[in-house]
Amino acid sequence: MSPRTLFEKIWASHVVQSRAEGIDLLYIDRHYCHEGSFHAFNALAAEGRPVRRPDLTFGVADHYAQTRPGPIAGRAAPPDPEMGRLIEIFDRNMAAHGIAAAGLGDPRQGIVHVVGPEQGLTLPGMTVVCGDSHTSTHGALGAIAFGIGASEVAHVLATQCLWQSRPAQMRVRFDGRTGAGVGAKDMALAMIAMVGANGAQGHAIEYAGEAVEALSVEGRLTLCNMSIEAGARCGLVAPDETTFAWLAGRPGAPAGAAWDAAMEGWRGLRSDPDARFAREVSLDAGALEPMLTWGTSPEQAAPVSGAAADPAALPDAERRHAAAQALDYMGLAPGARLEGLPVDRVFIGSCTNSRLGDLRAAAAILRGRRAKVPALVSPGSTQIKRAAEAEGLDRIFTEAGFEWRESGCSMCVGMNGDLVAAGERCASTSNRNFPGRQGRGARTHLMSPAMAAAAALAGRIVDVREYAA
Amino acid sequence: MSRQPVTRIEGLAAPFDVSNVDTDQIIPARFLRRPRDTQYGTYLFHDLRFDEAGQERPDFILNRPPFRQAAILVAARAFGVGSSREAAVYALQAYGIRAVVAETFGDIFFGNALKNGLLPVRLPLSTVNALRDAVAASPPARLAIDLEREELVAPDGAKHAFAVPAFARECLLQGQDEIGLTLSFLPQIEQFEARRHTPTV
Repeated sequence: MSPRTLFEKIWASHVVQSRAEGIDLLYIDRHYCHEGSFHAFNALAAEGRPVRRPDLTFGVADHYAQTRPGPIAGRAAPPDPEMGRLIEIFDRNMAAHGIAAAGLGDPRQGIVHVVGPEQGLTLPGMTVVCGDSHTSTHGALGAIAFGIGASEVAHVLATQCLWQSRPAQMRVRFDGRTGAGVGAKDMALAMIAMVGANGAQGHAIEYAGEAVEALSVEGRLTLCNMSIEAGARCGLVAPDETTFAWLAGRPGAPAGAAWDAAMEGWRGLRSDPDARFAREVSLDAGALEPMLTWGTSPEQAAPVSGAAADPAALPDAERRHAAAQALDYMGLAPGARLEGLPVDRVFIGSCTNSRLGDLRAAAAILRGRRAKVPALVSPGSTQIKRAAEAEGLDRIFTEAGFEWRESGCSMCVGMNGDLVAAGERCASTSNRNFPGRQGRGARTHLMSPAMAAAAALAGRIVDVREYAA
Repeated sequence: MSRQPVTRIEGLAAPFDVSNVDTDQIIPARFLRRPRDTQYGTYLFHDLRFDEAGQERPDFILNRPPFRQAAILVAARAFGVGSSREAAVYALQAYGIRAVVAETFGDIFFGNALKNGLLPVRLPLSTVNALRDAVAASPPARLAIDLEREELVAPDGAKHAFAVPAFARECLLQGQDEIGLTLSFLPQIEQFEARRHTPTV
């Protein structure tokens, strides 16, 4: 057999049927849904179709979850009753179809891309889908995981399969090791700045190299999460001892003899040495600085010592136009230095950066200090929130002046009431700096949790390496 | 349940000279909770079309006659990137847009569009730019898009070949119910399940 990539091996093992047109009917091992999946359930209802395998779907309430505590399953009443109605519809759909779910009030609740891996429901070698583009996150465990739209959600619910054409193969290598203050978020932003926001379009990315192997599973989840911001269909990392150690003992992970049997298959989940990639990109991890975005696309990112683009210095008209528009929206002068830029607000959370390691990294910067600007932290799951409280992280955050909230998508998505006001500049650990993403007129600078924490303390963008205790 | 077949789209085209159009721009997140009623078309490009006070921005292309009646958008590069929200397609269709011409599309948007019968037409950037200039210069300019022949006819009569993935094209031309088609493979799906056990939730 000719050498194959990890992606090709997982793909091949899930083909139910191939068609001449170059498209495969792919079996889906795990489907996650959330409140936004209501269009798909409506479509099924309209056609009177049942959910074929409710035992392979798991539901999580996250997008419309209120993060302020209150009386409704522990949460405040939403600012718009329609948000609450969507949570009710979610609960109803899960119950009606017999789908296991972590709704509001469930101790497993959180952000779907945090909860799935945390519960051991995403495992190496699986195919994973969800009606959310950041489903690419789950690839960190060695799975093919990609976001789909509502029509495909309905198709998976009705058939447990999807018709898919196989994406091209791309490998992104991070050689060497990152220095202090530089982590998975910086690696992701540096990669996107290099290949472009559409640079990996039509491709599945396999992340490899020493710096990727050195990442914790949490870091790999962050890296794979941002694959979609490079336009990739998905991103994945070959499972290794780090992966297996992280998975062992999780509720959904196999145990005993079943674990041993699973491990036999998982150990073969790596690209063959001679596997061919249509594209190969490599970055020197040792040369990376803390990164942040200055514009309105994740590709408009630069090292903290750097500057926003100067449109006049860009090579082509299209990029000049895009940069000028981004600077205008962001309220920045051409070539503005990033260090020292005042921020109005800080957000730590989202499926990108809300895991326990992220909270620890931020707390290490904040310990014993006070934020100069309003700041909010929403842990990635209720379990992470409890674990953080058990080690006293909540007190570090609250003593620094942060709001310590419940878990949900919160200020990343601008749809649940947690918003950045028009014109406000927000240092955010989330994944998208699109115009209006965090609220109409909001100005988002994406960065790591440590960088966001340092920005909160300084009230401006600073190099976390100079700000660390 | 079969769908309405899509074979040929002809209509007024609006030049939409923006690259990297993310789906958050196409429909801002705060409208995603709304039902798909008669209001849905007003959410399209909402924050670009309307100012803070809800007044139309006169410079936005779809606010300018004759482009209000556009059935086709001629965009630029990378249309429909970012979030997987299929509501971006619903909003375009609710407004009356039936096809979008661009150099590239976000992968998920591209798939969502085809599932709903909104035609994403990929053409080389130079062609897209020329078409955009043509429809901007001589309003009201019409474009014709023939899915059967995979051919776009420009206002000057020039024909431009484009490609839609064969399976999606077949489904559109026949109004194929994809779920129904997949369920015709139920024995194969059941055989797959018998030989490869997936851990349940």
